[in-house]
Amino acid sequence: MRTILHSDLNNFYASVECAYDPSLKDKPMAVCGDPEARHGIVLAKNMPAKRLGIVTGEVIWQAKQKCPNLVVLPPNYPRYLRFSRLMRAIYADYTHQIEPFGMDEAWLDVTGAGLSGEVLADRLRMRAREELGLTLSVGVSFNKIFAKLGSDMKKPDATTVITPDNFRRRVWPLPAGDLLYVGPATRRRLAGRNLRTIGDIARCAPQDLRAMLGKTGEMLWCFANGRDNTPVMAADESPEVKSVGNSTTTPRDIADEQDAHMVLMVLSESVAERLRAQALRGRVVCLSVRDCQLRCFTVQRRLDHATALASEICACALELLRARYHWERPLRSLGVSVSALQSRDDDEQLCMFPDAGRERRYELENAMGDIRRRFGHFAIQRACLIGCAEIGAINPRDDHQIHPVGWKNA
Amino acid sequence: MAHRAYVRVLVDVDEIGKIRPLKIFWEDGRGFEVDRLLDVRMAASTRVGGQGMRYTCRVRGRQVYLFEDEGRWFVEARDVPAGNF
Repeated sequence: MRTILHSDLNNFYASVECAYDPSLKDKPMAVCGDPEARHGIVLAKNMPAKRLGIVTGEVIWQAKQKCPNLVVLPPNYPRYLRFSRLMRAIYADYTHQIEPFGMDEAWLDVTGAGLSGEVLADRLRMRAREELGLTLSVGVSFNKIFAKLGSDMKKPDATTVITPDNFRRRVWPLPAGDLLYVGPATRRRLAGRNLRTIGDIARCAPQDLRAMLGKTGEMLWCFANGRDNTPVMAADESPEVKSVGNSTTTPRDIADEQDAHMVLMVLSESVAERLRAQALRGRVVCLSVRDCQLRCFTVQRRLDHATALASEICACALELLRARYHWERPLRSLGVSVSALQSRDDDEQLCMFPDAGRERRYELENAMGDIRRRFGHFAIQRACLIGCAEIGAINPRDDHQIHPVGWKNA
Repeated sequence: MAHRAYVRVLVDVDEIGKIRPLKIFWEDGRGFEVDRLLDVRMAASTRVGGQGMRYTCRVRGRQVYLFEDEGRWFVEARDVPAGNF
């Protein structure tokens, strides 16, 4: 049987700030994005703020309504990255099988480490407290899914052990939505069949779940029964890239198609440049849209051939937008990603009547990439971006953006 | 109350990169010899905040925590009276 730990740094950004200024520990405090650039949401909050009902993701003014004397701090990403690295160095003293999940979470496979999972978890918590001034919640179990559930059960600074003997008692009464991959849509569909807890899923026949949710249904049944055997990826194996994407919340609302075209061009250029840097091409273009009332949707389309051309990605994204959006409201953010990736050197179906312009467009975009590498991103711009300084000034490739990595390996 | 007082430090770096603080300078320019290095470990300062390599030094018979935090050095200083370890 494996011993898997899932370690979660509590209120990570907020805790790092408190570690630098202990006077913040007893005051409600939140780390928030920049309201000027319209990223003004709560990214993390400390325990006093949590007790006042402040939640991650809400807008600063909403948070201030709940708590007028909330201390708001800007994020210090280099410092958070340093703490994240230091924590990983501590993990590495016990195992080389460390799979990070974002900056503040990680799975560790400590099978055969010579100590029980619980003792190790307590030791990690002690070291995090003494060496970094941070607290950890650790879940100890025999698979990744239960380890993650365990780390969410008791916070802050706690160890939760889930064994083959006690998981029916501890895990099964939890709501279905606590299971990894059960989002709001899946939860509603499960609730439609009166499957409300993880135990309900576990006791359901796997073929019924498959009929209801497809492959995911069977996967959830395995998870709920503790039959997850996905390995913890070793620290030195980087997972295969599944998609390359960028998104941005623009400094002002996007009012019409012309604005949208510019934003999509900026995003497509960044995506294309990153694809080319990794010698990749992709066949599926996905567009995500969020309007000023925060309603959002995503659409995707398969292309005839794999591409790493900004002009083609942008054209496809714009068509998707035209087909699905009719400008009832202005847009707040847009995202473009490319998936179904293949190596640039993979064989490709040849075309009877090749588009000679395509090769030239590749050369053109490669040349633009070279100029930007040598002289900076803004050394060369597309003419269509010149009209609007605000949108032209977005540089998604180099702007600091940190997202947890996707996890689905199935 | 206490605060993080950033200080100038004279250190010795040996061939393998090991660092040993020799003298700590207070902001008014007075220098204090490190009589003995008692311990070196990664630690967070619970009193004044901050985190880094913590050097436990004996200075004039007293134990002082000296932290190296991303290249800058600080000690845990009492707010009053300033300047005395």
